[in-house]
Amino acid sequence: MNPHTDLIHPGLESDPFTGAVGVPIYQTSTFHQEDPLNMGQWTYARSENPTRTALETALAKLEGVERAFTFSSGMAAVSSVIAALVEKGDRIAASKDLYGGSHRILTKFFSKFGVETVFVDPGDITAWEKLAQKPTKLFFLESPSNPLLKITDLKAVSDLARAQGILTVLDNTFTTPWFQKPLLQGIDVVIHSATKFLGGHSDLVAGAAAARDPEIAGKIAWVQNAFGAILGPQDCFLLWRGLRTLGVRMERQQASAHALAHWLQGQTWIKTVHYPGLESHPGRDVHLSQTQGPGAILSFETDTPQRALELMKNVKLPVVAVSLGGVESILSWPERMSHAAIPEKERRELGITPSLLRFSVGLEDWEDLAKDLEAASH
Amino acid sequence: MKDETLLARAGLIPNEQFGALSAPIYQSATFRHPQVGQSTGYDYTRTDNPTRKQLEEEIARLEGGEGACAFSSGMAALTAVFLLFRTGDEILLSDDLYGGTWRLMEDIFLPLGLKSRYVDMGNPEAVLKAVGPDTKALLVETPTNPLMKIADLKALGELARKKNLLYLVDNTFLSPYLQKPIQFGADVVIHSGTKYLSGHNDTLCGLAIARTKELSDRLKFILNATGGILSPFESWLVLRGMKTLALRMDRAQENAGALALFLAHHPEVTKVYYPGLRGHTSKAIHDSQARGAGAMVSFRLKSPQAAVSLINNLKIISYAESLGGVESLITYPMTQTHAAIPEEIRLRLGITGDLLRLSVGIENLEDLKNDLIQALETKI
Repeated sequence: MNPHTDLIHPGLESDPFTGAVGVPIYQTSTFHQEDPLNMGQWTYARSENPTRTALETALAKLEGVERAFTFSSGMAAVSSVIAALVEKGDRIAASKDLYGGSHRILTKFFSKFGVETVFVDPGDITAWEKLAQKPTKLFFLESPSNPLLKITDLKAVSDLARAQGILTVLDNTFTTPWFQKPLLQGIDVVIHSATKFLGGHSDLVAGAAAARDPEIAGKIAWVQNAFGAILGPQDCFLLWRGLRTLGVRMERQQASAHALAHWLQGQTWIKTVHYPGLESHPGRDVHLSQTQGPGAILSFETDTPQRALELMKNVKLPVVAVSLGGVESILSWPERMSHAAIPEKERRELGITPSLLRFSVGLEDWEDLAKDLEAASH
Repeated sequence: MKDETLLARAGLIPNEQFGALSAPIYQSATFRHPQVGQSTGYDYTRTDNPTRKQLEEEIARLEGGEGACAFSSGMAALTAVFLLFRTGDEILLSDDLYGGTWRLMEDIFLPLGLKSRYVDMGNPEAVLKAVGPDTKALLVETPTNPLMKIADLKALGELARKKNLLYLVDNTFLSPYLQKPIQFGADVVIHSGTKYLSGHNDTLCGLAIARTKELSDRLKFILNATGGILSPFESWLVLRGMKTLALRMDRAQENAGALALFLAHHPEVTKVYYPGLRGHTSKAIHDSQARGAGAMVSFRLKSPQAAVSLINNLKIISYAESLGGVESLITYPMTQTHAAIPEEIRLRLGITGDLLRLSVGIENLEDLKNDLIQALETKI
């Protein structure tokens, strides 16, 4: 079946009892057991809830695997997955410009439990190679990276990880399985902030994960139940509802991002535009070889930090906020928002300056957005 | 600002206290007053609720009206509109009309003394001829349900003005993204918001949008007095649905255009009703008043048996009443949407056992086409 059809018919989309064409919201914490000696599939909503199962089934289908897992936030997904895969003494090698929240949990939390994290320039394959040995247990990747849209060669990195028995975890939030299916390209586990494109309407906070190997999936399921950072039934329903328009949203938002990236390049007050769809982007070929498209996130540097501030103050259409992936365009300032948790010195080394803005392109008409940016720039 | 931009921003509240991107759901029955004689503007949710108001403002802006009311179903909206009239008033209605509207008029409002007359709204002369001394309003569907007949919105608007009639248009089939009847003089636009506006087949909703503040106030009075309001949570769900209206409509319409053509060339299909087809008798009028042909397609097969067999053999397209959702639905008007209409009238209109109505969703076109092909080819 074509992916557009799969989104509408992911399985479990119709209620067998009534024929209702949507998923019922099972707002229940527990389930009556007919036979105490043989418990049914549904025992307690932390372990499994029918609304959540319908959502997880739809997500698994999108990622091309058997099972997926949802969590109460993207960070709950990250912490649960990492907890499922590492133990004391293990080392994690992670992409340098990782999302600030992931950076924080690795350096401030897992470090307390004897798990060390070292950071790698994601485009530097020899750096990954050097770390592909004990005690490294997993590679934690983002591609494209946040906020500079740097590209990692997923096949190259996962090949050398697999050769050394190292697991690869990829944060697929920016591209979503609509455009990038890493599990079919050798990556072991994908993580999402489902708050973003998957939910798509900026109205819920959720996380998701999926694994290629059923044994690893089993470990994640175990932690999901043991940690208990699960997604509630109401949010499961909303996220499931959001997935139904994922295809049309992603395609429209990507087309607008593409147009805006080109337009921004031509503006005198712009220094650089980072977008893997641009010919000038150094990772473009690798990115297009491993995805179906460059996505709907771009970042750009203005000529001066003042200009960036003015833009944020003067824009009328985009919301100035943390987060991304909604139907409304969102302009964020990595310096003080997504990457504020990273020490300033490291931020500068990464290229995150006060002139850098990240733009999550929404469903507005792209010419309306360009006009608004132009008016706000001076 | 273009409609796409307006829609993406549906529910974005500019000065809301916390800057939240999504309209808050005010699940509150009542509102505390600062002190005696003062009000925040909200007293009781039946009268006004901030979440519902947000939806009402967005739909009014999209349709180009001065105000709107949100109801608990499309029929609740129509009930409120009929309550604008009084005993002795006559309403002219499209002869090809949603069965529920027909039932509401004939079984509830006729006993209360309203009078009804069904005319072919595609024929302005016939409409003019039907206007009598008691006629107070026109209720028009275009395209009609299920036979996709087209009314000339501009011509009827001029007629309504000349004859001092209230001009009511049910815009459910196209949504304001494709057609804005107020531009052609409509006084009240009615929606089953259950359909394209909400778009996910997961909530019921009715909307009435008024051209003038005066009419909007009268509808608001009726809404508060009779109480058929849309709940805060469902108001929010409809707002959420509206954010993707343009995308859904574009995709569904593209699919529908291709499926209508495919059906028109299929040997088992005897007739296709779709205003986007070159053969549709009123295509020019439709194109002059709408941005597109929409995503509803009706068609006839060689026999009622063939129609039943098609329904039973479809695998992706669900057999269910309703329309306008992301998933494609097939409806059997004779026993479902138009069952309330007496057989004799149904036969005269052509709502017979061989007729099917397809609400085209946003699935992949080839998948839908293949589903129809295999079901059409399965022998009865």
